Amino acid sequence: MKEEAVISVSHLYKRFGHFTANDDLCFEVGRGEIFGFLGANGAGKTTAMRILCGLSKPTSGDVKVAGFDVYTQTDHIKRNIGYMSQRFSLYEDLTVLENIRLYGGIYGLSRQKIREKSAQLLSRLEMEHMQNSLIKSLPLGWRQKLAFSVAIVHDPPIVFLDEPTGGVDPLTRRQFWNMIYEAAHRGITIFVTTHYMDEAEYCDRISIMVDGQIAAIGTPADLKASYGVSSINEVFIILARGRQAVTE
Amino acid sequence: MKRFGGFIIKEFLHIFRDKRTLLILFGMPVAQMMLFGYVITNEIREVRFAVLDHSHDQNTRDIVDRITASSYFRLETVLSSDEEIAGCLREGKVKMVLVFDRDFASNMEREGKASVHVITDASEANTASIIYSYAAGIIQDYSRKSAAPASPSSQLTISPRMMYNENLEGVYMFVPGTMAMILMLISALLTSISIVREKEQGTMEVLLVSPLKPVQIILGKVTPYVVLSLINAVSIIALGYFVFGLPVAGSLLLLIAECMLFIMTALSLGILISTATSSQQTAMMISMLALLLPTILLSGFIYPIENMPQFLQWLSVIMPPKYFIIIVKNVMLKGTGLEYVWKETLILAGMTLFFLGLSARKFKVRIDVKTGRKGPFKRKEP
Repeated sequence: MKEEAVISVSHLYKRFGHFTANDDLCFEVGRGEIFGFLGANGAGKTTAMRILCGLSKPTSGDVKVAGFDVYTQTDHIKRNIGYMSQRFSLYEDLTVLENIRLYGGIYGLSRQKIREKSAQLLSRLEMEHMQNSLIKSLPLGWRQKLAFSVAIVHDPPIVFLDEPTGGVDPLTRRQFWNMIYEAAHRGITIFVTTHYMDEAEYCDRISIMVDGQIAAIGTPADLKASYGVSSINEVFIILARGRQAVTE
Repeated sequence: MKRFGGFIIKEFLHIFRDKRTLLILFGMPVAQMMLFGYVITNEIREVRFAVLDHSHDQNTRDIVDRITASSYFRLETVLSSDEEIAGCLREGKVKMVLVFDRDFASNMEREGKASVHVITDASEANTASIIYSYAAGIIQDYSRKSAAPASPSSQLTISPRMMYNENLEGVYMFVPGTMAMILMLISALLTSISIVREKEQGTMEVLLVSPLKPVQIILGKVTPYVVLSLINAVSIIALGYFVFGLPVAGSLLLLIAECMLFIMTALSLGILISTATSSQQTAMMISMLALLLPTILLSGFIYPIENMPQFLQWLSVIMPPKYFIIIVKNVMLKGTGLEYVWKETLILAGMTLFFLGLSARKFKVRIDVKTGRKGPFKRKEP
């Protein structure tokens, strides 16, 4: 790891009864890194992500997010992360400005700070003229871009993106990823799950989860090389197939 | 605290921007009150009545003439014995029977006092009370006018008897009942929907990840409804007073405090429903079926609990509105204090704590196990 780790997970287990959702996860994510967290539905991604966000506690293992312990310091963790999910994080019946103000307030920004941030954010998105429009009147792509900006309105060290580009057109996805790069450049760590394998190629490093375990982890280039294929898509299929072969 | 403030403002914005919610919040109470109120305080016209006159004197004839002369009553038949009264009421031929005692005239002359019995068919309780008050009004008017020159102390006593429903239970019942229904609707239905909406739209996840504590999220969601429900309770009391002339006999403060308690009970039910459901439709159906219908049918609002089959009587024991209605009836209509309703108050408070405890448990489990989205683990569990 070239830089200090902002997320460090070692031997994380999460069990629900007899079912092990996360089986001995070990990884670290560095500052300003874009970390792609991949896996088929039901592989245990969401469980791990919920633990990292302080929503649920591991059965065992050491997990630190932004330097805080997930067992005892979830309050600190929540203050130091941003979160955006595929479904709307924004309230459709509130205006653009009201949404920014709400989340700014929830994350404890001062009124002055919220005003500065809103202006800055709207000008960066070129949305000044829409600041008083209701969210429901905006096109999907705009909403997702705005949701991302709102998720990092408090400048968190880490932002978790749960399938942020679901249902968004390719052009907007491209723009969205530009925003992600920009945020990473400012030192924000990006932890992103996605089902789009082309997006996985944009990540600095990715991990692929299969059946609760991390089956592969590394830079996209390394992974492609070690599996001898030309795209992450193929890596993913090899790993997923492998699982099927085992279960059959 | 500042985080929390912004969150409450947002909740008010949701409410004020949703026309349907607004309509339910403010249109409903007024509409319900008017509906129930006017169905009950209806004008009467041409009510058929019978007379049983044991006295046969000028006074009684005058009284009967006066009553007949008004457009409210029509003399249907003249009875000759007490035995006929029951039959003629039962057949529904008349709604009211006036009975003059044998010594009506002599009493009137000697003591300046005499009594008329007004027997009404109170199987329709509200109509009976109106009929009675109209008849009583006419008779009293007569007694005042006829007696004025002779002896100022002269007076007629009217002794009413409401047959079939002697206590006239249910006449003013619509106010406590409507209040229970509306508070239940707003507090339970609207809160459960508004919480579930956050789950449905996925914003709940974002809130849970935020520094807001779950308790703060729930409090933030219900606070506006507490305020609005309380405004509603007060406006129902005001409507009852100004439109239907129903005074608050007991302490207004106690009444409002009890309303507050019932709002809490309903809110805790709303929260419980929201923890158990994940779609607005389901929340609405549950609120309607599990809360609203029993409020109307099993709480004693429309049908007296004593007349229900044993099984339903048992069921009504677990209906929070039942206790609220008892409390409101006592405080509002009978003017009793806390010493008469402390038991019901305790029961409501206990229920509230129980529902809140249950929701807290369910909420905690939900966060931990996760039901937010696809729920992959449930499907895969061997």
